[in-house]
Amino acid sequence: MKVKVLSRNPDDYVRETKLDIQRVPRNYDPTLHPFEVAREYTRALNATKLERVFAKPFLASLDGHRDGVNCLAKHTRSLSTLLSGSCDGEVKVWNLSKRECVRTLQAHEGFVRGMVVRFCGTSFFTIGDDKTIKQWKMETPGYGEEEEPLHTILGKTVFTGLDHHQKEGVFATCGQQVDIWDEQRSSPIRSFTWGVDSFSSVSFNPVETDLLGSCASDRSIVLYDMRESAPLKKVIMTMRSNTLCWNPMEAYYFTCANEDYNLYTYDMRYLEKPLVVHMDHVSAVLDVDYSPTGQEFVSASFDKTIRIFPKDAGHSREVYHTKRMQHVICIKWSADSKYILSGSDEMNIRLWKANAAEKLGVLAPREREAANYSQKLKEKFQNHPQIRRIARHRHLPKSIYHQTKELRVMKDARRRKEMNVRKHSKPGAVPVVSEKEKHVVTVVK
Amino acid sequence: MESEDPEMEREDAENEREDAENEREDAENEREDEEDERRRLKLVEAITALRGGRKKPLGERSEAAVRVSEFAVTAEGERQKVQLSDLIEGAQQSPAVPTQTRKQLQNLRRSQKTVEQPLSRQESERVQRDLAFQKAAVHVSRWKSVVTQNRRSEQLVFPLNQEPSGPKPLEKVVTGWRVQTPLEQEVFNLLSANKQPIHNPVLSPAEEASLRAMSLEEAQIRRAELQKARALQSYYEAKARRERKIKSKKYHRVQNKARRKEFLKQFDQMVKTDPNGALEELNKMELARMKERMSLKHQNSGKWARSKAIMAKYDEGARRAMQQQLELNKDLTQKVRSSLSNQEEQEDGASDPELLPDFVNDAEPGQVSSNPWMRGELSAEPADAQRSEQEVAAPAAEKEQHEEEEEKEADEEQALLRDFEGRRKLRQKEEEAPGQDVEDSDEEEGPADQDQEEEGLSEFRSLFRGVAEGLKEAAAASTAGCSSAPLEGGLIRIRTVEDAELLPPEDVELLPCSESPPSAPQEEAPPTGQKARGSKKRKRNIELKEVLTKDAKTVTVPLAPTLTDTADGSDEELDQRGLIMEAFAGDDVIADFLRDKRKQEDAAKPKVVDLTLPGWGEWGGQGLKPSSRKRRRFRVKVAPAEPRKDQRLPGVIISEQRNGSLSAHQVSALPFPYENHAQFESAVRTPLGRTWNTERTVKKLTMPKVLTQLGTIIQPMTEEELARKKASAAGAGKEDPHKTKDQKRRARKGRHSQKI
Repeated sequence: MKVKVLSRNPDDYVRETKLDIQRVPRNYDPTLHPFEVAREYTRALNATKLERVFAKPFLASLDGHRDGVNCLAKHTRSLSTLLSGSCDGEVKVWNLSKRECVRTLQAHEGFVRGMVVRFCGTSFFTIGDDKTIKQWKMETPGYGEEEEPLHTILGKTVFTGLDHHQKEGVFATCGQQVDIWDEQRSSPIRSFTWGVDSFSSVSFNPVETDLLGSCASDRSIVLYDMRESAPLKKVIMTMRSNTLCWNPMEAYYFTCANEDYNLYTYDMRYLEKPLVVHMDHVSAVLDVDYSPTGQEFVSASFDKTIRIFPKDAGHSREVYHTKRMQHVICIKWSADSKYILSGSDEMNIRLWKANAAEKLGVLAPREREAANYSQKLKEKFQNHPQIRRIARHRHLPKSIYHQTKELRVMKDARRRKEMNVRKHSKPGAVPVVSEKEKHVVTVVK
Repeated sequence: MESEDPEMEREDAENEREDAENEREDAENEREDEEDERRRLKLVEAITALRGGRKKPLGERSEAAVRVSEFAVTAEGERQKVQLSDLIEGAQQSPAVPTQTRKQLQNLRRSQKTVEQPLSRQESERVQRDLAFQKAAVHVSRWKSVVTQNRRSEQLVFPLNQEPSGPKPLEKVVTGWRVQTPLEQEVFNLLSANKQPIHNPVLSPAEEASLRAMSLEEAQIRRAELQKARALQSYYEAKARRERKIKSKKYHRVQNKARRKEFLKQFDQMVKTDPNGALEELNKMELARMKERMSLKHQNSGKWARSKAIMAKYDEGARRAMQQQLELNKDLTQKVRSSLSNQEEQEDGASDPELLPDFVNDAEPGQVSSNPWMRGELSAEPADAQRSEQEVAAPAAEKEQHEEEEEKEADEEQALLRDFEGRRKLRQKEEEAPGQDVEDSDEEEGPADQDQEEEGLSEFRSLFRGVAEGLKEAAAASTAGCSSAPLEGGLIRIRTVEDAELLPPEDVELLPCSESPPSAPQEEAPPTGQKARGSKKRKRNIELKEVLTKDAKTVTVPLAPTLTDTADGSDEELDQRGLIMEAFAGDDVIADFLRDKRKQEDAAKPKVVDLTLPGWGEWGGQGLKPSSRKRRRFRVKVAPAEPRKDQRLPGVIISEQRNGSLSAHQVSALPFPYENHAQFESAVRTPLGRTWNTERTVKKLTMPKVLTQLGTIIQPMTEEELARKKASAAGAGKEDPHKTKDQKRRARKGRHSQKI
């Protein structure tokens, strides 16, 4: 009996050395491949579906706090360390890789309002409702040692926000005024006031390190230069901003989380109009943090969801929520840009993936290539209706879903009314105000 | 607050100065205008008196001052203050004041302008803020180039300032280190006392000197030598290890023998160079020999040998093993012959006449022996075995004749060979270019023959004979193959019973012929086979030619043989085709397609609409038809449809109707960044996958926008980045503004990196 075997000559497909170019086993002539678009479309569709199948962003929940988590701080040198402060004045240090609490300390009486790790990673500062600023060692005290702060500064008023300079031993607090402190002194080296009585947050520009921004309760955002004696500029919006975060890669952009459900990205040189209005939340936005790559940011809202926005997109690309997660108060994007950490009202800290469908860990080269390819395919066909429909579909809690709908109806009604008014009034009497301009009341010099 | 503000202070001072100046001018003109003044005062007094005299200034008492001013400036009147002019008066006169200042003072005195009021606090703060903001805005704008560059770049690699991975040079590590603890200090002192390198020069002075002593080339050569030596050593070691592991007895025996031979050779050498050493060796050997002789080893007297002896009767192997043992014994007990011992023996030989000469032991020439080597006749071959029986008895005179005979035989064989060769050549020529073949072949044969004759060695002859016989058989077979035309038909695969009936009856007998090597006759086979099959096939299967008006473009590709059995290549192809035909005999796809197409064509044809109503305007009823005139009148003729696009494409159906199921997958509006649909279409049409692109293109196309490294902290952008971007932009110039070199390098390096 004859056995028929297909035999290929290895000379046709094996390189002689690995320095040679790859032998091509097929003809790339495009006339021979008339269905390439259709085939790639199918692949893109499959990739999109698979992405939705594998989208499992929730990684872990860190529980242990006995009150709502009020603030989070990333360690500046260690990826696996996270600090959290709760409403009962307790600060916990977490090991993220083990997902366990490694240290607990009673830092303040009342809320821990703010927390920041020094740039060297050896100590951290906390502020609380007890009008104190405390500096703590990052190391756990040894056996028998007492948990005591390195320094304590007693302030005159309650502090509400805290941030540390990127390179120098200087930090800023806010409360009734914005204070710049030297680590070595017990009184501020500079105080900024501008006719308002309370500030909610302050943050240093990570790139242009002497600049600061703060959000005040008179609905304004104020910019400062640490070296100047007076503030720089102030923009007053229709509603109060809660927090502000600078883009770590683009020196003059910052985003603020506003009470009017939106986030606004500003160019600090042109405060008259925000660059982008990021809409999608259905309740006040409480916190915002940029990805360390500066490409995206994440926002935490009172509507119990977390949303991820590309820096220049008006709508979010992702929404995270869990049944048990209540109002999200603080949020951080991890320093390797892979994870998101959220602290919420119901005493838990949650760890999320920044890319919901991404495979974690080291990828094999072929795996990585396949992932890159499917990503590009998704981008290429993103405008095709079926693919867009699948890629954009997200499950939302009923309340949020309905509230979104309601808001849309309201917005449409308002627009319709405006159009009608414009239609029935003298031309030019009712000017068209763009969405960006709507939210800025004035810029104060 | 005012005191804080230097600017305002300055302005105040200026004001005062201005006032003082005015006053002074008044004083100058006082004498002239005294009367006016007095009148004015009077007027003022009168006015104040009108008000009731309440504001009348009280007279002031003045006392002698405790301290008298060194400048001796006194106010003139009682109510007067010291004016600036009084102070300046002194400056005018004193020579200590430089003339420039004096001039400035005079200029000041001459100008009549009043100074504006200072700004309010709020106003001035605002100005300050504005200035500060302008400054900050300008300062921050220097990042613009970096930001735009990053936004435009095809790929961003994070973290930004990646240090090259791998071990750092020792110098770098060492320079950063400082002495801290007392222990370290002690070590440090010790090192410095012994002139050991501490900081920058990592090598000690001695090491440096040695480095300097050898040039680079020398060092390289030396290193190469060392490498080679090391490699060789490792090879030898590996070989030795391998050899030690070998368990084959035979191998070791051969090995030992070779070693012994080698040793003997060396020993001879040794005799010349180192007689003492050689003597010792000899003694050693002698000792070994003595031992062997004394022992019962290899004497076939052991247990094993006895057991073998029982088997030896029946078992060839056992016998041989025993023989070997004995041979070994003999070998070992033999006296070593060397030049050293030869000398002794020569002496011995001279004194020992009983010893027989060598030739005594030689084999007798005429002796019959089964071992040809013993006869010392090289020409005897195993192939001639039958003949050699006759030849052995023949006298030497006959030997020559026999040789001639052999030559004759060889000639005959060669003639046969030539004949066959000729035929083969002829066939080849026929294939290539019929004609002018025979002569050529003869000519070519000529020298070859001579050569063959020249090499008249017997072994070759035998070889030739073998070949010739093989060829003869082949030739016979091939001639048989050539003569029978139906043999080609043997390649036809029998698929149906009818095919089998068509085959010639002698097929079965010719089957062994297929084993013959020449392929030429078989190459002619396929056409006829195909023809035969084609004529057969026409009955049932569809003819593609009939269906398709256009010929399919045939791609001629030099195909590598896909099957190991080349002789059956064409057969296989046919096979495959046939198989498919057989498998899909039932479903006639092409006919179905044609039917479909015809149906669609008919459906698309415009139909004549007949609107005739029977019984309208004329009699109607059973058996009555509307008149032809009426029918003609009410028949609506539709304009003929446009020619179908697939009219000339028999294998294609082009439908111009909208397909609803497709539209769900199509883009309805032009997406954002594209400006026209052509742009968008071309973007979609460009394939990304490796099915359509080369490896490098795919790599480039699927490059992720953002690359990050696993488990590394991405620090915010720093000033260095600004400087580096500037430098790279200046350095790279026009090459590629969007991607710097080190970014590319990093992109290549980021192995474990992933998207975002």
